[in-house]
Amino acid sequence: MSILVNKDSKIISQGITGNQGSFHTEQCIEYGTQVVAGCTPGRGGEECLGVPVFNTMRAAVAETGADVSMIYVPAPFAADAILEAAESGVKLVVCITEGIPVMDMVRVKSALRDHDCCLIGPNCPGIITPDECKIGIMPGFIHKKGRIGIVSRSGTLTYEAVYQTTQNGLGQSTCLGIGGDPVRGMNFIDCLELFEADPDTDGVLMVGEIGGTDEESAAEFIEANVSKPVVAYIAGVTAPPGKRMGHAGAIIAGGKGTAAAKFAALDGAGVTTVRSPAELGSKMQEILGD
Amino acid sequence: MNLHEYQSKRLFARYGIPVPRGIPAETSDAAVAAAEELGGDLWVVKAQVHAGGRGKAGGVKLARNLDEVRQHAEGMLGIQLVTHQSGPEGLPVNVVYVEEGSSIDRELYLSMLVDREVSRVAFIASAAGGMDIEKVAAETPEKIFSVAIAPDAGLQDYQARQLAFGLGLDKKQIRQFGDLIKRLYKLYQECDASLVEVNPLITTADGDVMALDAKINIDGSALYRQPELVEMRDPSQEDDREREAAAHDLNYVSLDGDIACMVNGAGLAMATMDLIKLHGGEPANFLDVGGGATSERVAEAFKLILTNQNVSAILVNIFGGIVRCDLIAQGIITAVKDVGVQVPVVVRLEGTNVRKGRELLKDSGLDIIAARDLTDAAQKVVAAVG
Repeated sequence: MSILVNKDSKIISQGITGNQGSFHTEQCIEYGTQVVAGCTPGRGGEECLGVPVFNTMRAAVAETGADVSMIYVPAPFAADAILEAAESGVKLVVCITEGIPVMDMVRVKSALRDHDCCLIGPNCPGIITPDECKIGIMPGFIHKKGRIGIVSRSGTLTYEAVYQTTQNGLGQSTCLGIGGDPVRGMNFIDCLELFEADPDTDGVLMVGEIGGTDEESAAEFIEANVSKPVVAYIAGVTAPPGKRMGHAGAIIAGGKGTAAAKFAALDGAGVTTVRSPAELGSKMQEILGD
Repeated sequence: MNLHEYQSKRLFARYGIPVPRGIPAETSDAAVAAAEELGGDLWVVKAQVHAGGRGKAGGVKLARNLDEVRQHAEGMLGIQLVTHQSGPEGLPVNVVYVEEGSSIDRELYLSMLVDREVSRVAFIASAAGGMDIEKVAAETPEKIFSVAIAPDAGLQDYQARQLAFGLGLDKKQIRQFGDLIKRLYKLYQECDASLVEVNPLITTADGDVMALDAKINIDGSALYRQPELVEMRDPSQEDDREREAAAHDLNYVSLDGDIACMVNGAGLAMATMDLIKLHGGEPANFLDVGGGATSERVAEAFKLILTNQNVSAILVNIFGGIVRCDLIAQGIITAVKDVGVQVPVVVRLEGTNVRKGRELLKDSGLDIIAARDLTDAAQKVVAAVG
């Protein structure tokens, strides 16, 4: 088991014919992911990376029965691509694209309420269930099938957590990056709920960062609803207020969103926290007792 | 991207939002001419910098005659204005805004931003205007009123009334306020704002509602479709190194410490700063070379880091996913040779092609300290500084 994606997931790559899209889609196919189609308006009827390309998501889904979309289209067109995917009937949309205007995402997020569809991202590395399905830009080879669920707002920092649990043998059930933007699809709580229900996940690593109050909400949720061990780390203790630290969402604004407040909320909720990201894997191992 | 007050007010005026009349000036002569053109017998001279807290810092002054206008403009133009938000070096005052004086009855607070918890644009209003709103929110949260707007339905009249009654406005003012925030909402959407702040929003002695101050920040991701606003960018208000970094697709933020870091990925870059601090050092910067780091970009990053005189050691932390460690290693070697790095460099590489990358560094003959893992890297760089 795993969450959201597995060996049976059928994926359409939106933007497959672009530079980024074709590079990363190829890596996903090499990993063993079932990419069944691509979608690029105006390129319908062509073939790319051995799969058919469609003009519209509606046609691509009708023809292939795909249930997941991954999006690599450039930022100015990405909001449109997300809504097209949602309307086409796929159950999961993974948007890798970075730099989508916030007002676009405000409208997308609202419109998604009309669809039975989850969004991961944007501005995220994607989601992977090791040995089964890789959707996104993470390096596949650092993963190892196993027992730990990983959810993170960052890309490379997720890889650190993955690598540590690969090194110490725990491995991962599913890992996902929910993205560094202020308005995004799935949140920590959504993922924690799924990991809690997944029989093959024994513990969860949660990697947060400054900005917003999602980690605080997650802390409350964990205290009330999560029985599995959660180890959390928050990046940005040294970040100065008012400065955007790379990610659009990583900013301490109006006195809110400090790492200290997030650590305090998590500690208060009985979550195990680590002050060094190098200790995520070892702390989980200690808790699971092997 | 931030706009100046005078630019923000020009936008306000275009959207029909009432603001006092004013004219920007770059010299004291121009400031006097502006005051003459505005007429009247009371003016406000306001330093135009991208930082709040100008009033307390001497950047906002009343003038009762033209000599005082000249005197205040001369006193402000050309200086570095230091406010509690500007950083210790302050920001250069190249423009003053000369405005007609307003008769203030009440000072209120109004702002707009995206409320991340509900993913909607929200208005925040308070009767405690002109004050530090963060302090009001922390100490007397009951004085803050907020409404979030559903994007498809738009701003509703009842929401405007909720705010207006909360602010204690009278009948005429409620109508004016409702009109004002509808116009603000339109501006916010059409300009891709990330923040609009009116502090203070005032009621005048005549009982009218007016924006006495205006601050607009624009969403950096939307600049591609805001060409007119991009023209308003004022590079003099930005950190030189941060601007230089942006030109090379690097994300850089200056800090006060002496250990520079170069990392791929924003989260890992923050975590690296935290690790330096955790092991007793002080980070000199945040620097994300991005997911698609090339050896050229690494070289540019080194140059950038070394323009900071405080730097006494460098920590390079790369987790190669898409980025190959051997390419990064090549970039480091080129940079260290070309730029002539005089401070210790600690390198931690992990991920794609890591073995090849480490070998390249080892065989380069350069004095590079290799680190095994995150903790080792942080300890070594802190030790190198002494």
